[in-house]
Amino acid sequence: MINVSGLTKYYGVNCAVDNLTFNAKKGEILGFLGPNGAGKTTTMRILTGYMPPTSGKASVGGFDVIDQSLEVRKLVGYLPETVPLYQDMRVFDYLKFMAELRHVSDVEEKVDIVLEQVGMVERSESFISKLSKGMRQRVGLAQALIHQPEVLILDEPTIGLDPAQIIEVRKLIQEIGKEKTVLLSTHILSEAQQVCDRVMIINKGHIVAEDTPEHLQTRMVGSRRVTVRIAGETTPAIAIINKIPGILSVKLTDNDAIQFENPTDKDLRPLVAKALIKARFDLLELSSESVNLEDIFLQLTREEPQALSPSEVKDEFLAEEPAGINKKIKKEGK
Amino acid sequence: MRNMWIIAKKEYISFYHSPIAYVIGVVTFLTLGIFFWLQIDFAVQTQQFVPDIRNILDILIFPLLFLAVPVLTMRTISDENRTGTLELIMTAPVRDWELIAGKWLGTYLFFRTIIALTWIYPFVLNFMVDPGIDQSLLTANYLGLSLLTAAMTAIGILLSSLFKNQIAALLASLGVLIILWIISAPAQLMQGVGADLLRHLSITDHYYETFRYGIVDLKDIIYYLSMTVLALFLGTRAVEARRWR
Ligand SMILES: Nc1ncnc2c1ncn2[C@@H]1O[C@H](COP(=O)(O)OP(=O)(O)O)[C@@H](O)[C@H]1O
Ligand SMILES: [Mg+2]
Repeated sequence: MINVSGLTKYYGVNCAVDNLTFNAKKGEILGFLGPNGAGKTTTMRILTGYMPPTSGKASVGGFDVIDQSLEVRKLVGYLPETVPLYQDMRVFDYLKFMAELRHVSDVEEKVDIVLEQVGMVERSESFISKLSKGMRQRVGLAQALIHQPEVLILDEPTIGLDPAQIIEVRKLIQEIGKEKTVLLSTHILSEAQQVCDRVMIINKGHIVAEDTPEHLQTRMVGSRRVTVRIAGETTPAIAIINKIPGILSVKLTDNDAIQFENPTDKDLRPLVAKALIKARFDLLELSSESVNLEDIFLQLTREEPQALSPSEVKDEFLAEEPAGINKKIKKEGK
Repeated sequence: MRNMWIIAKKEYISFYHSPIAYVIGVVTFLTLGIFFWLQIDFAVQTQQFVPDIRNILDILIFPLLFLAVPVLTMRTISDENRTGTLELIMTAPVRDWELIAGKWLGTYLFFRTIIALTWIYPFVLNFMVDPGIDQSLLTANYLGLSLLTAAMTAIGILLSSLFKNQIAALLASLGVLIILWIISAPAQLMQGVGADLLRHLSITDHYYETFRYGIVDLKDIIYYLSMTVLALFLGTRAVEARRWR
């Protein structure tokens, strides 16, 4: 349904999307997961016919996004990241206007259908400026659905919503995704994991991983993260650990612990312990934990391995959504 | 074409939800009313002067030029750009020219509504003077005003499409309209092709020198229509250029 090959977009000299290639099949919910500035919005704006790419090809439903832009736009329902709405209009009038622009037949009937779909029937006569953020999001979604599009492109549809609203909107997207091709962007991993059939992790305009949420997780099973804590100088200790074969990405966390990845199926801790003690370090801690999808995401999209420790990134990332809610959603999703 | 009407309709209706639009409508109507009353009063007191409707309609250009056009066109495109709703229209199956033409048409029809309201003054005057006012002169005046407003509105829309900031759009359209208004002034001191050119460019000379005296000249009609089309064409290009940034 969506075919993208070699898609590249420069803003001036800045490369926002770099040689992106992917496909979305009919009826699939494809997740576009990446940190802010990864190029998600830019890619979606190209796919919706808002702006042309600098180079590369993209088509939706077999129509080229540049040469057959109007055809593509007829096929696609789009919810931009900023959820733009006319503040001075009533919900019903706004949806009616969007329906007319999309040449929908039986406009009022179709507006009622989408209002029902997003659960906004009682607020149809409210002015948009009087609605809560969650309700606006639903009106935005209703607007994207008004012409019963084959393809739905949703740019961070749950950003800025409270936990209950997030759950509602995700449910709605899953419901819609049963029949339609959905491309959804998010920077929240659990969202991609819960809602999507397939996830693409994108960073700095590149796809860094692409698979089903389950596969992405199992691909890294066996890989373990080991934390080492010693008394005294850490730099010589890092040098020693680095020499042990099989150990990857050794780094210092912000609370002076040394961390490394062990992708082998052998427990390397005895080797590390022996090497450190031989070099007369006092070993305070040597623990191991398995790497989950969240870690993969953080790892794949991390700027510089040394610049940001995982805990820092994690804090920033969880600020969007408290951990407790995360778990709650996961439970409901299962 | 259909999209143009849909956008025009929404734009037109939106003015009826806009307090500023009401204020401008009322100010225009009352300004004319004051001048109308002054005319009548002067005529009654002197007893030797027949009120001329042109003296009232001449005033219309001021609220239109300095108030209605810059203020009511400023937000048409720039505000949609600022709030992001432009992204929705530009990703709907709407051609860029349909967007610009629709915005122009909706705004223009609102101005035409204000202008239509001012017709009450000649209507009343018609009963006060004997043998009534010259209807063909009146028609020519209103035709000229309508064409002039069409061109001014298109210029306002063009400038709104160039700026993300409404106030910048307002000042720019005010500036351009004033320049197009006074551009023929230096022509009085000049001779030859230069003077003709300046006179030809003036947005007001095409009205005050002809339509005002009941003269309907094709070259004036062509001037206003081509100004309108040119401004809308450039506005369309400005929206297209936005895509290619
Ligand atoms: N209109 C724009 N002009 C210039 N640079 C932009 C524009 N939009 C986005 N960028 C830049 O392109 C990169 C990708 O941005 P974006 O596609 O918005 O990422 P995301 O949606 O994943 O957060 C960022 O570095 C951003 O600063
Ligand atoms: Mg974005």
